[in-house]
Amino acid sequence: MGRGFFSRGFRGRRRQPEGTSERVPPGQYLVDGFPVLSAGPTPRTQLSEWAFSVEGEVDEPRAWSWEEFRALPSEEITRDIHCVTKWSKLDTTWEGVSVDTLLEGTDTSAEYVLAFSDGGYTTNLPLEEVTGGKAWIAHTYEGEPLEPEHGGPARLLVPHLYLWKSAKWVRGLRLTAEEESGFWESLGYHNHGDPWREQRYWGD
Amino acid sequence: MATTTTVTPGASNATGATRMAGTPRRLAWQIGEVAESIPDTPRTKSLFLEVPDWNGHRAGQHVDVRLTAEDGYQAERSYSIASAPESGRIELLVERLDDGEVSPYLTEELRAGDGLELRGPIGGWFAWDANEGGPLLLLAGGSGIAPLMAMVRHRKAAGSDAPVRLLYSSRSYEEVIFREELEALAAEDEALEVIQTLTRSAPEGWQGYDRRIDQAMLKDVAFPPQERPLAFVCGPTPLVETAATALVGLGHDPARIKTERFGPTGG
Amino acid sequence: MDEQRLDGNAAAGVLAEIFTFEITTARAACVHCGSSGEVGAQLAYISEIGTVVRCASCDGVLIRVVRQDEGPQRYWLDLKGIEYLQIQERP
Repeated sequence: MGRGFFSRGFRGRRRQPEGTSERVPPGQYLVDGFPVLSAGPTPRTQLSEWAFSVEGEVDEPRAWSWEEFRALPSEEITRDIHCVTKWSKLDTTWEGVSVDTLLEGTDTSAEYVLAFSDGGYTTNLPLEEVTGGKAWIAHTYEGEPLEPEHGGPARLLVPHLYLWKSAKWVRGLRLTAEEESGFWESLGYHNHGDPWREQRYWGD
Repeated sequence: MATTTTVTPGASNATGATRMAGTPRRLAWQIGEVAESIPDTPRTKSLFLEVPDWNGHRAGQHVDVRLTAEDGYQAERSYSIASAPESGRIELLVERLDDGEVSPYLTEELRAGDGLELRGPIGGWFAWDANEGGPLLLLAGGSGIAPLMAMVRHRKAAGSDAPVRLLYSSRSYEEVIFREELEALAAEDEALEVIQTLTRSAPEGWQGYDRRIDQAMLKDVAFPPQERPLAFVCGPTPLVETAATALVGLGHDPARIKTERFGPTGG
Repeated sequence: MDEQRLDGNAAAGVLAEIFTFEITTARAACVHCGSSGEVGAQLAYISEIGTVVRCASCDGVLIRVVRQDEGPQRYWLDLKGIEYLQIQERP
């Protein structure tokens, strides 16, 4: 913004350990902790009431209870994650069910998906961004059940896109023929959200 | 509502009604200069700032402070103004949080002569003017004392005799912010009562409360609901919510309770 | 207890970048549940991604603000959650 003022001696809490710069997308910095950003109260859904559904432009909508979901094959993955607010964390470990597993056998001509969550949060993605081994419904973080403040019992995890697309407290995917804007996408945030192309806001 | 559609600074509109206070403008960042940085308790400091274009504030309002690193990285935080509007200076109370990003800078690095970017005053909802009268019930937790101190100081500067009770929760006697000033103010003014509670440790012979603020304590301390006090509650979110809920439980009107949650750990 | 929950008054700073009147003392009627109250008395969820003000009675979204600081400075403002705002000056 060219004001020119800066605070003498202020560095902030960023880190840039040796040899990591190629893994940090443009404009991002590394953090030690795992910041929590909220748009509303933290949902606290009982597992007995939890269900995950695949619906919309599909031949047959499906749903899984928590037990059924946890009985599905789960993968352990390690990925870097990048938040549009500029922090990144490398080598975060998760366990979750691949979205490919949940969409297996589903017939659709839809090209888009809207993830929806407890509390009303939504985010939209092209279907091809959550298939082909790129997305999971994650229930475990760093070996422990995912905490509510980080989206537990389960969140969408799409690590190759900015983290607002990894909808916390996810309850389902709605496949759509047309792109529908989610919570932040309808208010300035980019429909795609590729951190390597710095797709943060509309028009980026 | 005022019917003015154009505003000339200093002019009144055709009907004679007072126009919207101040020249309408969007809140802008300004650079203030640190005049003094004075420690109070082991973890807190008061920053006294001179701000060239300052138009004054109301007791209870806050400022946003913004730090900018040389590479452009920025961090913003809000701090309540602890000084009375009459003092002509801006005093910010800063508590150093161990894992903080801004508070360690403000309490350990910043010194007299440095610039500090801020904007304000902000937040006319959580504010009290002496002409609103009382009784005034002030509930503070830790650094939540800041905006309430502005109210206590403003009340004195304005010569108000509105009854006020300040219930102030701190971890220990050494950590009571503004302790000496509060003791002196209470000693000289019978309409001002300061009641303390210490939650982690108390000095030998301590006669005050020694637990977190709860409904039973408020039943003893607060003005009865029939007196319809104006209540301001400020501090860490758990304290604020417990206290506000307790006041409603005792029969106080929710519309006369104003809260300023500092978040989980404080300001 | 929700750690991220603040008072509507905490959103005063970013809203003052847009509005030239004191919004915290304006009364907002919630489009979701119909209750009304001062904006300062509602609940605010504030982070660098955006600010969301929610109705203290029903948690419905009242106001959303996103601010872009780099490139062009832009704001996106959603007031759909407000049925009306009653704005009056302090006496």
